[in-house]
Amino acid sequence: MSLNLEPHSTTTIDGVGIYIHIPFCKQACFYCDFHFSTSLKKKDELIDALILELELRKTEFETNTVATIYFGGGTPSVLSLDEINRILNAVFTNYAVTENPEITLEANPDDLSESKIIELSKSKINRLSIGVQSFFEADLKLMNRAHNADEAKRCLTLATQYFDNISVDLIYGIPGASHKQWQDNIQTVLDFNIPHISSYALTVEPKTALDALIKKGKIENVNEAQAEVQFHMLIEQLTAHGFQHYELSNFGKSGYFSVNNSAYWQGKKYIGIGPSAHSFTGESRSWNIANNSKYIKAIQSKTLPSEIENLSDNDKYNEYIMTGLRTIWGVSLQTIETQFGSDFKAYLLAQSDKYLKEELLYLDGDTLKISNKGKFLSDGIASHLFKI
Amino acid sequence: MKNIRNFCIIAHIDHGKSTLADRLLDYTGSVTEREKQNQLLDSMDLERERGITIKSHAIQMDYTYKGEQYILNLIDTPGHVDFSYEVSRSIAACEGALLIVDAAQSIQAQTISNLYLALENDLEIIPVLNKVDLPSANPEEVTDDIVELLGCDPEDVIHASGKTGFGVDKILEAVIERIPAPKGNPDEPLQALIFDSVYNTFRGIETYFRVFNGEIKKGQKIKFVATDKEYYADEVGTLKLTQIAKKSVKTGDVGYLITGIKTAKEVKVGDTITDFDNPTTNIIEGFEDVKPMVFAGIYPVDTEDYEELRNSMEKLQLNDASLVFAPESSAALGFGFRCGFLGMLHMEIIQERLEREFDMTVITTVPNVSYHAYTNKNPDEAFIVNNPSDLPDPSTVNRVEEPYIKATIITKSDFVGNVMSLCIEKRGMVLNQTYLTPERVELTFDMPLAEIVFDFYDRLKTVSKGYASFDYHPIGMKTSKLVRLDILLNAQPVDALSALIHADNAQNIGKKMCEKLKELIPRQQFDIPIQAAIGAKIISRETIKALRKDVTAKCYGGDISRKRKLLEKQKKGKKRMRQVGNVEIPQQAFMAVLKLND
Ligand SMILES: Nc1nc2c(ncn2[C@@H]2O[C@H](COP(=O)(O)OP(=O)(O)O)[C@@H](O)[C@H]2O)c(=O)[nH]1
Ligand code: SF4
Ligand SMILES: [Mg+2]
Repeated sequence: MSLNLEPHSTTTIDGVGIYIHIPFCKQACFYCDFHFSTSLKKKDELIDALILELELRKTEFETNTVATIYFGGGTPSVLSLDEINRILNAVFTNYAVTENPEITLEANPDDLSESKIIELSKSKINRLSIGVQSFFEADLKLMNRAHNADEAKRCLTLATQYFDNISVDLIYGIPGASHKQWQDNIQTVLDFNIPHISSYALTVEPKTALDALIKKGKIENVNEAQAEVQFHMLIEQLTAHGFQHYELSNFGKSGYFSVNNSAYWQGKKYIGIGPSAHSFTGESRSWNIANNSKYIKAIQSKTLPSEIENLSDNDKYNEYIMTGLRTIWGVSLQTIETQFGSDFKAYLLAQSDKYLKEELLYLDGDTLKISNKGKFLSDGIASHLFKI
Repeated sequence: MKNIRNFCIIAHIDHGKSTLADRLLDYTGSVTEREKQNQLLDSMDLERERGITIKSHAIQMDYTYKGEQYILNLIDTPGHVDFSYEVSRSIAACEGALLIVDAAQSIQAQTISNLYLALENDLEIIPVLNKVDLPSANPEEVTDDIVELLGCDPEDVIHASGKTGFGVDKILEAVIERIPAPKGNPDEPLQALIFDSVYNTFRGIETYFRVFNGEIKKGQKIKFVATDKEYYADEVGTLKLTQIAKKSVKTGDVGYLITGIKTAKEVKVGDTITDFDNPTTNIIEGFEDVKPMVFAGIYPVDTEDYEELRNSMEKLQLNDASLVFAPESSAALGFGFRCGFLGMLHMEIIQERLEREFDMTVITTVPNVSYHAYTNKNPDEAFIVNNPSDLPDPSTVNRVEEPYIKATIITKSDFVGNVMSLCIEKRGMVLNQTYLTPERVELTFDMPLAEIVFDFYDRLKTVSKGYASFDYHPIGMKTSKLVRLDILLNAQPVDALSALIHADNAQNIGKKMCEKLKELIPRQQFDIPIQAAIGAKIISRETIKALRKDVTAKCYGGDISRKRKLLEKQKKGKKRMRQVGNVEIPQQAFMAVLKLND
């Protein structure tokens, strides 16, 4: 049992996901607004709490089986092999897991020494998602990444020897990075024959160091036009090399789409373990408190420190539009009609009209999809198709 | 009659009128514990929230003083210059007034002009120095200010605090001892003054009145003099916290009347009520048909809501007779209404009430005053221009006149320079500068009313750090060098953004409007040129750059909920935008162009 990831699939399969949040990083990247701590003092306690939370929530999936386990962060590569195994054991003892689950570890190049990679390759981990971001020193410095350009290349050389299923993160639209440099970054990943790439425009989130530095004039602001050009370079290069642009920021070769992330976009259930992690039951979303100490304390007293939000039909429709438009699977009018009714379908078609005319959206049979031209404007388009 | 006292309260906004009224009601036992709430007389939510009184209110208190029963009718009045006519009618219904002055702020312009009104009506003034509990209170100096203004004895000034209740007994004592009982003849024909009306969904219009002569009885056939309409008094009574129906309301008293009238327009504040068969020959002076001072278009954001907007406006008019409107159409906005308001606050209130009480999302266009245009063909006949697009072709225009006002500003001497230069920039002519005290200066100007509409209040507040109060009254029309400034978006003129302005300011205002619109109109998928033009001449231009990136990079498990809400919020914002040509303009852009200096 696994998710059906073929582009035109509409079948639903009951593989569900477990996300485990490891809220530690060695140093804070300037652009990051995730939940993490750079102090490892609480690491042991936190791992115990993660395991306890996995036990506490073991009945939530009922009969569903787990198709993907994902260590995200933060920087999960700060965990030792032993720690990873303890957590995975808790998953396997408390949940029904499919035969060949995707088990991903997010890792940063500076953690991926040869010995570490070998260790990991012997564990149940079968997919690495490596936070390379760039192969240029200046870019890495500007973003305050913990690794340097050499480490980035060296770690890919090693990782590809021990792992087949690897994803690399790249950031574009970095102030000062020329189109030529971006081209080189793409080429480097292609040369390593990496089968999956996640690539993001550098985004200035409020209250991050990057935001402050830009405001102070220490770093040049990001530039939309540069990001737009580099985004289209990326699409062009990768699709020419056999990648499918299956989600706005994700490219995969056939058979290498991320099972874990596809589940998010296909409305599959998932449990998020750890501080700040989100869960989805199909009917509601909930999220744990984004505070390590409070999280640990609550879990120790066997309560879930989470808030919950029940989704109305309207919420579900909006989410389907939002996630559907970002993916290769699009928004099926048939699904809209059966799940939400013909009113919603009529509304959607009426709202889509102007974008269809402008060729920002197109209909592929009965499925509404975003065109390459529309991709960089997809938030505004989705919002327009929303119902409130 | 000798035990009736009718009085109103004159106070600047925030000097504590509502709070003190609450204390008076408490002290006289006019409210039970259960009925108590702050700002009791301000019954509209909007009034409570903003702490302003929009409508007049009346309440009757019973009070025993030295063993005798007294009836005290308190008429609460709006404090804002937009409603000065209503205030004048409330004043005319009373024999006395409490002049409430904040012990920390002293006397303000609005207070003075209302005080003069009260004095003209021979009201007995009881000065109250309020908020004496405040550490920042300055009782000696403010008492001096009051004494100087009124020519009264310092002992006449009652020290009070609406907060602690201090001095409330002294105020009631003064109301009874100092304010004369109403005079009037119970045997003469009915003569009563209408000072307010309130709309009630079930009972129609409730008319508030003060009887000067005769009495008004249940079932009586009566006549409203100015409107020349006759009715039967279905119900009369007095105004406690709830209405108390009575057989009659007698000479000197204040009460309410229900006649089955359905629309507020029929009940004109200031009108005289008399007996139908035996009418008075003595019509109460001071009646005016209030005229709107400021005009603006009101349009539904969604064109399909036009009929619903009309219904809502009609309903609003039922309880706000000063609102006038007529259908109009705009090339940019389609069908809507040209509305007349008493002033800028009134306009804001109407817009807000449409949104709150009727759930209508509307666009209010750039407001303007009422101009008189004279054509070369007809140089003696005024053509009334309540909408900039009605201005005839400039080549045919002989001259244009605009309404002028006399403005009074009281400020601290430190800010005289600032206030003066603001008023001069606003085309004001200084008439007078009087030092009320060494620190407080009264400035008077003649200036065009239109300048009050354009960003005046906020700037006055800024340049005086909030220490300026402002009052005005119209003084007639004057010829001005006016031009129509048009705004073009994407090369299309947007009539709803046009304004008549003085030719000398056109360049500057045009530039600022373009800049402001650039800030307010969200970027779209194409470049949007914004131009300001006079006739065919472009005087300023800006460009809203095309939106090239409108997408969030990450949309994983933890992002979906937050991102959905963000996009929903955007969508809501868009619902408040109006598409003009292919440009989406946010609702607030039409008004915000008034605040060009923010
Ligand atoms: N300290 C103090 N504050 C007061 C007093 N009377 C009113 N206030 C405060 O002053 C503000 C304005 O009062 P309000 O009665 O609404 O004034 P109005 O605008 O004249 O009706 C409110 O915040 C009151 O709580 C008083 O005697 N002492
Ligand atoms: S390593 Fe990842 S989670 Fe940690 S600070 Fe950098 S971007 Fe954020
Ligand atoms: Mg008040």
